[in-house]
Amino acid sequence: MAYITKSPWIIHYDASSCNGCDIEVLACLTPLYDIERFGIINTGNPKHADVFLVTGGVNEQNRPVIKNIYRQMPKPNVVVAIGACALSGGVFRECYNIAGGVDKLIPVDVYVPGCSAKPEAIIDGVVKALGILEKKREAMKKEAGN
Amino acid sequence: MTIEEQLITEITVESLLEEVKTKSDAGYRLVQIGCTRIEDAFEINYSFEKDYRFENLRVTIGEDVRMPSISDIYWGSFIYENEMHDLYGIGVDGMNIDFNGYLFKTSIPHPFRDAPAVTVKKVPKKMDEENKTSGGEE
Amino acid sequence: MTGRRTVVPFGPQHPVLPEPIHLDLVIEDEKVIEAIPSIGYVHRGLEKLVEKKDYKNYVYIAERICGICSFIHSLGYCQGVENIMGVEVPERAHYLRTIWSEYSRMHSHLLWMGLFADAMGFENLFMNCWRIREQVLDMMEETTGGRVIQGSCKVGGVRKDISVAKLKEMSERIEKTKADVEEINHVFFDDSTVIHRTKGIGYLSKDDAYHLGAVGPTARGCGVAIDIRKTGYAAYPELDFEPVVESGGDCYSRCMVRAKEVVQSADLIRQAIEKIPGGDIDVKVKGNPEGEYFSRVEQPRGECIHYLKGNGKKFLVRERVRTPTLTNIPPLVRMLAGCEMADVPVIVLTIDPCIGCAER
Repeated sequence: MAYITKSPWIIHYDASSCNGCDIEVLACLTPLYDIERFGIINTGNPKHADVFLVTGGVNEQNRPVIKNIYRQMPKPNVVVAIGACALSGGVFRECYNIAGGVDKLIPVDVYVPGCSAKPEAIIDGVVKALGILEKKREAMKKEAGN
Repeated sequence: MTIEEQLITEITVESLLEEVKTKSDAGYRLVQIGCTRIEDAFEINYSFEKDYRFENLRVTIGEDVRMPSISDIYWGSFIYENEMHDLYGIGVDGMNIDFNGYLFKTSIPHPFRDAPAVTVKKVPKKMDEENKTSGGEE
Repeated sequence: MTGRRTVVPFGPQHPVLPEPIHLDLVIEDEKVIEAIPSIGYVHRGLEKLVEKKDYKNYVYIAERICGICSFIHSLGYCQGVENIMGVEVPERAHYLRTIWSEYSRMHSHLLWMGLFADAMGFENLFMNCWRIREQVLDMMEETTGGRVIQGSCKVGGVRKDISVAKLKEMSERIEKTKADVEEINHVFFDDSTVIHRTKGIGYLSKDDAYHLGAVGPTARGCGVAIDIRKTGYAAYPELDFEPVVESGGDCYSRCMVRAKEVVQSADLIRQAIEKIPGGDIDVKVKGNPEGEYFSRVEQPRGECIHYLKGNGKKFLVRERVRTPTLTNIPPLVRMLAGCEMADVPVIVLTIDPCIGCAER
């Protein structure tokens, strides 16, 4: 296991979520769930981040913001879509201002279902993402070796 | 089950500012301004409250009527008036803070302006039926 | 020497805010002259969904306007429909709704107190608030099945009952939570760090608060005693309480109001559990709503209005939600004028902005 998966840094962005999933992401950081025991640190800077957590269906206003955050993140990185809205638009998919799931915009590696997603599910999703991150890192290493 | 009495007074656009001033002088606070699309008109409710007494002034306007701003009387009304402009496309004159349509940024302009899609669908159907029956009679 | 005026953009992605709001701050040296808010980053347009979901299904959407005030949003909506249709909700349902409303108020206020501590740079206090909040969420999950989105309110009553044994257990556990909150409230009231960051900051006069339309703790912190629970919806007329009012008008007062309200909510839950009658928890609702009503409820952030208008069809003509955050924006603009740049995050947080609510 490389250093990157021992202490991955996450960045969270709310793309028109109802807050339900956002506060559950925040709850993961607090004493009961304590995601920091996996070495995970929440950062506000996309250039520091390895894992991108997105909540909520994407609306028109957020399109450039999400693309921008994703573009700034160093490779390898993983994207975790959290909650029904980030997966497909959820109950809001028929709203005029909602474009749909996050995967319409950027590639998503792990989908965490639920409305709202429970902290246990979010932690499980992030840990799964770390496995993918490790694979991506190895693939990049091989490519660089050749 | 009625929790509280809710008074609704119908007024005209011309008397709006005067009526709002009366409310303000009587010590009411502005609760909200909200629009409803009805058929080919807009219904605008100005809600006020004093000592848990909830009252409304209702203005019904046609599609192209511009509204006067009440922000000289209630400074905080700009938030509702900008909302009214952005979502319904109703022009408001004389706002103290005018966002020029950038308070709510929507993918389609003035999404609430058009009458509900459901009624639009039903009207042609009915008309077709009427046409058919009237055609048969002829 | 007077400094030059500069415009500093604040947000939409700001470390102190979990949600996107943008402010253009016009500053002179370190002093904020004017603040112009702009929102729209989480606008979904869900009010228009009433045209696609029938009035019973729309409860799910109403609940998801905001994940923090979720239960009270669904209560406000259901109450509006019941009022239009003349549905008499059983007494037990009223009490259950009250209990869940107060649990959501506790969880929302504790969440806010944590975020507020975080905005001041008081990490330890943040963690402790959220630790206590988990006790409240556990009760929510055990009684409704959901932590932040409950789905237990419906038109005509509630979906789930709570057994007598469970109610007894709840009243015991709420006492423990209350004791924990009282302990942590001491820190908010007496700690010199908190006082230094909040006393005299972001002042709003009583007159301004009233005329600019402030609601909830923002208004009550300025001495304006508005509490919609006093209009007597759900089981509130039968419970004994007085709105928590502080007269300071600054960040400290608004924080005091919320901290005291958590204790008050625990007390209301205990009262409701003592008085809850037996019987049904819902009635069958037939027909479609025809008429209009402004349904008012007191959310953790203040007065919320669901305006509903139906024309006798399955789909409502209009649902308009006026959320407390939207109406608290003009008072916020007034508070920010004249403050120090470094105090902006703390002042913004004291209106407890919920952008998901405000933009819908």
